[in-house]
Amino acid sequence: MNSWDWSNVDTFMPRFWDGLLVTLQALVLGTLIAFSLGLVWAIAQRSENTWIRWPVTAVTEFIRNTPLLVQLFFLFYVLPEWGPAMSPLTTGIIGLGLHYSTYTAEVYRAGINGVPIGQWEAATALNLPKTRTWTAVILPQAIRRVVPALGNYVVSMLKDSPMIAVIGAFEMLGEAQAYSNETFTTEAITIVGVAFICIAYPASLLIRVLERRLVQ
Amino acid sequence: MSSENSLSKEDQNPAVDGSELIRFDSVTKRFGSNVVLDEMDFTVSSGKHVTLIGPSGSGKTTILRLLMTLLKPDDGTIKVAGDYLTHEERGGQLVPASENHVREVRKKIGMIFQQFNLFPNMRVLRNVTEAPVHVLGVPKEQAEERALELLEMVGLSEHVNKYPTQLSGGQQQRVAIARALAMKPQVLLMDEVTSALDPELVAGVLDVLRDIAHTTDITMLCVTHEMNFARDISDDVLMFDAGRVIESGAPEKIFSDPEHERTREFLSAVL
Repeated sequence: MNSWDWSNVDTFMPRFWDGLLVTLQALVLGTLIAFSLGLVWAIAQRSENTWIRWPVTAVTEFIRNTPLLVQLFFLFYVLPEWGPAMSPLTTGIIGLGLHYSTYTAEVYRAGINGVPIGQWEAATALNLPKTRTWTAVILPQAIRRVVPALGNYVVSMLKDSPMIAVIGAFEMLGEAQAYSNETFTTEAITIVGVAFICIAYPASLLIRVLERRLVQ
Repeated sequence: MSSENSLSKEDQNPAVDGSELIRFDSVTKRFGSNVVLDEMDFTVSSGKHVTLIGPSGSGKTTILRLLMTLLKPDDGTIKVAGDYLTHEERGGQLVPASENHVREVRKKIGMIFQQFNLFPNMRVLRNVTEAPVHVLGVPKEQAEERALELLEMVGLSEHVNKYPTQLSGGQQQRVAIARALAMKPQVLLMDEVTSALDPELVAGVLDVLRDIAHTTDITMLCVTHEMNFARDISDDVLMFDAGRVIESGAPEKIFSDPEHERTREFLSAVL
């Protein structure tokens, strides 16, 4: 049987750091897209205009109900037929962000629906403009109570991030797999497994703390 | 209380000449098949304090909510200070009002709610300054100065930096009163403003409102079950039943010698 060989660790580590950097870039930028685009979807779905509400609902339902993997392939191999080609990492970030934005949209929607109707009525009674009602009254209350749910999707996204390796964005698992295939060893995969736990577990602890603090 | 200096007559609207401020012209409101208001006509003169009484479901609250544009009438028109509220005239025709038109007319109206509806994400002071700053464009310092005066008037000077959830129901409702007054409305709508309060907190809120009623020229429309308060502040009492005003008059008259049998029944049940 194989035993643990530290020399494999030494040779893999430089590639691990490269992969970790890609993972973190995908996670941070993907989260930014998912959080902001999701909010846009959620607000658009409350629009009084059917021509905004209906297409947005259709598109988000479509994206949420098709596999991320298919979307990544589509963005990377099909979309450049019509538009500009993007690097694997950029495509991966957009793919993750877009896919998860359809989930965060649902989270925001629940948060917005949870704000008591009296808050909207008070805003009307004070004659606050629509935008101000959203930014000063509704969203601060809605987002506060959904921060933990949003956080859970960040952890999910972390766990889905290895998928972007299929289009050539070698994040840490992709690097580990490539290294293992070249050397027939298992150390690299193990290191990455530990790395995932080291990021995901503290993150979920943080979410639990936020949950206790923000949601009363 | 220092209400004289914080809410002087000149401070409020100038047009208090007993002219018609609110007018409902055959306003109908239905919820499904339930007709809550049936071709309602009614007017309120500027500066008057009018109390709407009647059994629940008789349409009192609907009147306030229509005025605040929280509901839309199914039929008929509402005028505030001579302007249509939910309609506007364009090319000699009456068309549904644009958002801008509604906001312009709505400026004249303020409302206090049964559930207070303070913004829980803002401190007390900002609850009061938010609208003056972002709707009327009052500079922040000036808005805060005025908010502090109003909060002093309602007896909450020590609580300006707290969040609403740190206050009792009575205190929250007094903040809501200050918040509504900060917009200098010509009409103040009060929708069962003490119904959600613990009994021992009711008096404090009513004292503040009584004070405002007696020291300002604000027109008040009040839905309440506090008959003593109604007697105290009202110029007119309107008795509602099944979407109609069945009796109206001075409080002395309505409360001591009502003409209508329904009014008598209602009063004996609540008094």
